[in-house]
Amino acid sequence: MSKKLSGGSKLYLAVIFIILYAPIFVLVFYSFNSSNSTSVFTGFSLHWYKELVKDTATIAALRNTLVLAVVSSVISTFIGTVTSVGLHYTKTKLYKKSVMTTTNIPMMNPDIVTGISMMLLFVFVGALLHKSGVLGFGTMLIAHITFQLPYVILNILPRFKTMDKYLIDAAEDLGCTPIQAFTKVTLPYIKAEVLAAFIMAFTLSLDDFVISYFVSGPTFQTLPIHIYSMTKKRVTPDMYALSTIIFIVVFILLVLSNMAQDQERMEKRRIRRELRQEKKEREAI
Amino acid sequence: MNRLRKSLSFMLTLVVLFSVLALCSVSASAKTSEDYPIDEEYYKNNPYRGTTINVYNWGEYISDGSEDSVDVIKEFENLTGIKVNYTNFDSNEDMYAKIKSGGANYDVICPSDYMIDRLRVEGLLEKLDYSNIPNFKYIDEKYKGLYFDENNEYTVTYNVGYVALIYNKTMVEEAPDSWGALWDEQYSGNILMFNNPRDAFALSQLLLGQSLNTEDPEEWALAYDKLLEQKSVVRAYVMDEVFNIMESGAAALAPYYVGDFLAMQENNEDLEICFPKEGANIFVDSLCVPTTTQNKGAAELFINFMQEPQIALANAEYICYATPNTAVRWMEDYSYVDSEILYPDESVTENYEYFYNLPPEIQTLMSNYWGDLKIDGDSNISVYVGLGVFAALGIAGGAYYFIKKKRREKYYD
Repeated sequence: MSKKLSGGSKLYLAVIFIILYAPIFVLVFYSFNSSNSTSVFTGFSLHWYKELVKDTATIAALRNTLVLAVVSSVISTFIGTVTSVGLHYTKTKLYKKSVMTTTNIPMMNPDIVTGISMMLLFVFVGALLHKSGVLGFGTMLIAHITFQLPYVILNILPRFKTMDKYLIDAAEDLGCTPIQAFTKVTLPYIKAEVLAAFIMAFTLSLDDFVISYFVSGPTFQTLPIHIYSMTKKRVTPDMYALSTIIFIVVFILLVLSNMAQDQERMEKRRIRRELRQEKKEREAI
Repeated sequence: MNRLRKSLSFMLTLVVLFSVLALCSVSASAKTSEDYPIDEEYYKNNPYRGTTINVYNWGEYISDGSEDSVDVIKEFENLTGIKVNYTNFDSNEDMYAKIKSGGANYDVICPSDYMIDRLRVEGLLEKLDYSNIPNFKYIDEKYKGLYFDENNEYTVTYNVGYVALIYNKTMVEEAPDSWGALWDEQYSGNILMFNNPRDAFALSQLLLGQSLNTEDPEEWALAYDKLLEQKSVVRAYVMDEVFNIMESGAAALAPYYVGDFLAMQENNEDLEICFPKEGANIFVDSLCVPTTTQNKGAAELFINFMQEPQIALANAEYICYATPNTAVRWMEDYSYVDSEILYPDESVTENYEYFYNLPPEIQTLMSNYWGDLKIDGDSNISVYVGLGVFAALGIAGGAYYFIKKKRREKYYD
């Protein structure tokens, strides 16, 4: 980062950032519009933020989306971690390859195919159990875990490739039980990847519309479905207000996490420097 | 003299009497929402308290409490003690897929005319018990016994709408009176068109003088040619994007639904509407109970509540479509009571045509034509050529890499 950017690359960077963020700024801008138009700005007001607070359907949809995202990504991260560990220790290559291929199918499949086939499956199973109206939170949860799993596994598994295979043996030699070896050695080693996998699963769940649309039922509706169904009339501007709030929250969280990481790095550097100094002093004596 | 005075006083009395009578009749005809109080006892003493119903409606298609309107769902829940799970769909076809799959137990749905026909024919609708829906008496006779429900056994009409031509008066030479304006080359690049096949084909069929529901493939071919002819002057095929484009004055002409025009006009006063002389499509959305219902009585109570004049008024104000509820139609405090746009003269709408459910082969024909229209015939081939070249490059690169690797291995051996 010490190298200075040339004028050309600065311009290039600026263009990229404008393309990335211009749509968001337009949205933020019109969320403060006093009329319901996204092309005619009639004056500054917080009207749509007030409307948003009163819009119980949207708030309920937002709550549903968050609940579903948290629950599904916790479960899929757990299953994915366990699967990755298992796959890492399997000796048969054929078995490993075939498991990987099957878990990757939901990722390669077009969403709409996954969605429709899931719906058919749920209805079919429901018919077998003589139950009608199976679609709801449960089916959405299963569907979300299914499409999150391959991403979780792909995030975690490569980390094992760089792991010294004698690390676990060493831990066990030094008196760890296998479970202790897992919690004290393996888990800290893959910690960052597990967290990344969780965040990825979470955002995938927040984003998903197509699959959710097919497997959702009458009692549980997520935000993407709610917004999409507004296209018969027009999308109400309180959605812009909501998107603005979500954008700002995510932005603040990212800044905070970056700052925390920076601090951690500084701390490590300080400790290293002190150690080095100590060593030097010892050598001098 | 005396006689004259007598007759004069008699006449005066008559005049006074008549004017009083006239006043009375005026106040009798001009009612407000106050004259239709909700019978709270009726809703409170229902046997379904504590149960749940699942309502599946279009998005933004009910007064939801925003902008100081009535929150209809909440009112219903508070009055009846029935919990409402309210979810939305965005097209008849998606809704149909959900109902048909049987995976979801909806109690009240709100399909459009042709979809009601399809659901009814396939036996997916439940017959209503109209004694549970006393407010059915408010529904205009015009919207009872429509083609999809001739004996009125399945539906209660919820909203009525037409398609009309919206134009920006500062951008057109003279006010259009025909769908032909959308084919007019002098407005080239300023014309918007429907981005859904049924509505788009309807306009070209109207110009050709065909029925909107023709089952003759040759007529569909002609209609397709007409749309193809229009393509060069069309700026974009749009649905709800039309709001932004028309409000910002970026296009001159667009066909859209009448109720939505009122929302656009609020943001741009230059917009005007016309009812083209060739006629147009009229549609209704009706409340029905599908066979998946688990709580039919409560569903009927809900439908009845939706036609309660005060509630129907709130919905009519919020949705901005024409209401079939005669009590609301003439209410003094209804903002659109004098609107000639929402409620055009009978003579305008008498030849308007409903969409019928098309037979499957015509539907396929239509969607194929639509696909051809949106993707140019020849660029189709170039797409495949492009993909082919890409694949060939990929294979060649892979082969080159493989050979090189083999050679290197041999060299080191």
